[in-house]
Amino acid sequence: MEKKSWFTKLKEGLGKTNSWFAGLFGGERINDEFYEELEEAMILADMGMDTAEKLLDALRETVKREKLTARDEAKDALIRLIADTVRHDTPFLADQGPCTVLIVGVNGVGKTTTIGKIANLYKQNGRKPMIAAADTFRAAAAEQLGEWANRADCPMVRHQEGADPAAVVFDAIASYRAKGCDLLLVDTAGRLHNKKNLMNELNKIRRVIARELPDTPCEVLLVLDATTGQNATAQAKAFMEVCELTGVVLTKLDGTAKGGVTVQIHDTLNVPVRFIGVGEGIDDLQRFDADEFAKALL
Amino acid sequence: MAFEGISSKLQSVFKKLTGKGRLSEKEVREAMREIKLALLEADVNFLVVKDFVKRVEARAVGTDVLESLTPGQMIIKIVNEELTSLMGSTNAKLEFGSKKPAVILMAGLQGAGKTTMCGKLAALVKKQYGKTVLLCACDIYRPAAIDQLKVVGGKAEVPVFERGTQKPEQTVVEAIEYARSHFIDVVIVDTAGRLHIDGDMMEELKRVRDACEPAEILLVIDAMTGQDAVNAAKAFDETVPLTGVIITKLDGDTRGGAALSVRSVTGKPIKFAGTGEKMTDIEPFHPDRMASRILGMGDVLTLIEKAEKAFDEKKAKELERKMRTDAFTLEDFLDQMEQMKDMGSMEEIMGMIPGMSGKMGNLQVDEKAMGRTKAIIQAMTPKERENPDILNASRRRRIARGSGTQIQDVNRLINQFDQSRKLMKQLTGGKLGKKMKRRGGFPFKF
Repeated sequence: MEKKSWFTKLKEGLGKTNSWFAGLFGGERINDEFYEELEEAMILADMGMDTAEKLLDALRETVKREKLTARDEAKDALIRLIADTVRHDTPFLADQGPCTVLIVGVNGVGKTTTIGKIANLYKQNGRKPMIAAADTFRAAAAEQLGEWANRADCPMVRHQEGADPAAVVFDAIASYRAKGCDLLLVDTAGRLHNKKNLMNELNKIRRVIARELPDTPCEVLLVLDATTGQNATAQAKAFMEVCELTGVVLTKLDGTAKGGVTVQIHDTLNVPVRFIGVGEGIDDLQRFDADEFAKALL
Repeated sequence: MAFEGISSKLQSVFKKLTGKGRLSEKEVREAMREIKLALLEADVNFLVVKDFVKRVEARAVGTDVLESLTPGQMIIKIVNEELTSLMGSTNAKLEFGSKKPAVILMAGLQGAGKTTMCGKLAALVKKQYGKTVLLCACDIYRPAAIDQLKVVGGKAEVPVFERGTQKPEQTVVEAIEYARSHFIDVVIVDTAGRLHIDGDMMEELKRVRDACEPAEILLVIDAMTGQDAVNAAKAFDETVPLTGVIITKLDGDTRGGAALSVRSVTGKPIKFAGTGEKMTDIEPFHPDRMASRILGMGDVLTLIEKAEKAFDEKKAKELERKMRTDAFTLEDFLDQMEQMKDMGSMEEIMGMIPGMSGKMGNLQVDEKAMGRTKAIIQAMTPKERENPDILNASRRRRIARGSGTQIQDVNRLINQFDQSRKLMKQLTGGKLGKKMKRRGGFPFKF
């Protein structure tokens, strides 16, 4: 499934605005101007001022400690620092056996598309995914997901529009058991994280899963649009509160946005990025790699 | 990400500054750092911020601080004026052109909310302009996008024209033909979400545009977009010159700096804002409100405005002199209360101060008690107001009767007034600000 192209694809996407990044790291001296340019670059990548300053402080120390003099060396050091910030070594539970993956996020980030891609990925690896269409709110959401389920050749449980999403999940779990599936993928409606009632609804879904499948581990993935700015941190915090996030999927990385805000999220909430979305095709989902991500970022 | 950050931060920058006078270069520069941080936190594009800060700095240095404002408020006032002018004026009018039917073309990145916005716009055009509308489905890529538009059209009660996965430039021509033969006034075209760097898709958008010659080309953009908003907006504007922008998901808690970035790089007006998932959740865009939202200043601006109007400069000076010379009378007190009243109810004022609304909690200002105080003073003769020392028992009884209060109320007021006057005398010895603050900013309890 590792279609080798992921780095190329990511780099292609990121590379398009990267030309002046490249100009940044000439062979010149490391001075204040250089640091300022770095800060600017990090802010433009949506990393946020706080994170950028923190990383710059760390870089200054490294430069001093390792007595670096060339800008290229400093760049490599910064890439290492960023990679270390987003690195994680906890396994993704779905890779280890039966698992529930609950997909959450605000409107329009690409949750449904991501579910389709994840289903396909695991199906290709010989697993038996079951999809629960628990977005009963948005017009034609279930039809959209149904199309993905077809493409990935996975069963899907859906109800009428407007039905209780927790009930959909309940039925999907019954079907998941009956059919002997080993991966339950739950799509949810997009919701802005400051809408209390909708967030509570999510909490209910999480509780139903915990009650009905108490022995199956559950990954809760927040889908984040790479173009999102600083608000992403607020989103992550709010979703963390109601449904204990365990990971992030960063979508739309094939654009010019770099998704730098995930550095901040990883830093403050310690939630690893698991996958990245790099296109609209069913194969355009890649495992997250901290080093490649950092490299593509700068 | 504290929402009330900016005003408190500015206050701390200007803490050392008790006098008024002019804004110095150093102070302005310090304040600008906070402004810059706030704007970046709000996702305003870095280059836009840089430019903006430079301009504000140039204007602020050397400006006289208005009598009734603190230096921090003065800076906010300037920043706000510049922000508002950058955001442009209110322009929520739709142009329909002279061609029949008028075409409105919607474009944007994936997931911005185009399809939902099409429905909202259709409902709005129907209701506010009294025109008939046809929705045209041109998103042939995303699974079930056409179904979604059909549902949305059903909710807005407008017909939806679709030709499956036929080329959108063809579909749009047929939709216009259909509209013409069915006497429909406006065709709203929903297009597929596309990345601005996807050459093929941008070409397709151009072909659709050429095929339908729209009266409006509206870019739909997510309010939560970060630094990249400018790249997308610029690319769309260069491909199909936009006539306006619609900003969606403003009901979230994002500060929405993208609005400013997009406005500043394209120069195109933001016409509407999407504020919810219902068909009616569409509002005309208010540039001034957006400006204060981006800075996260609560409605501190409204407060500044009100203060500017209500506080007569001369009166303020006179009051200051009286406080200093111990000539502060009940008459002055009444004046002050009237002025406060001009500014709105106490609760309203408290609510406008960022950070106060939440913290006030149960601590409600007793407006009734304030009214009683006023009645008591008004029941006094001018002579009594000038010189409360002459208030003997019989005068106090008369005042209580005249104001419909108890004699205890009158006593309490006079005691408080005496204490406050003493306090003021002490304070004007130097530490006015400090002690006033401890007492809640005003020498009287209401």
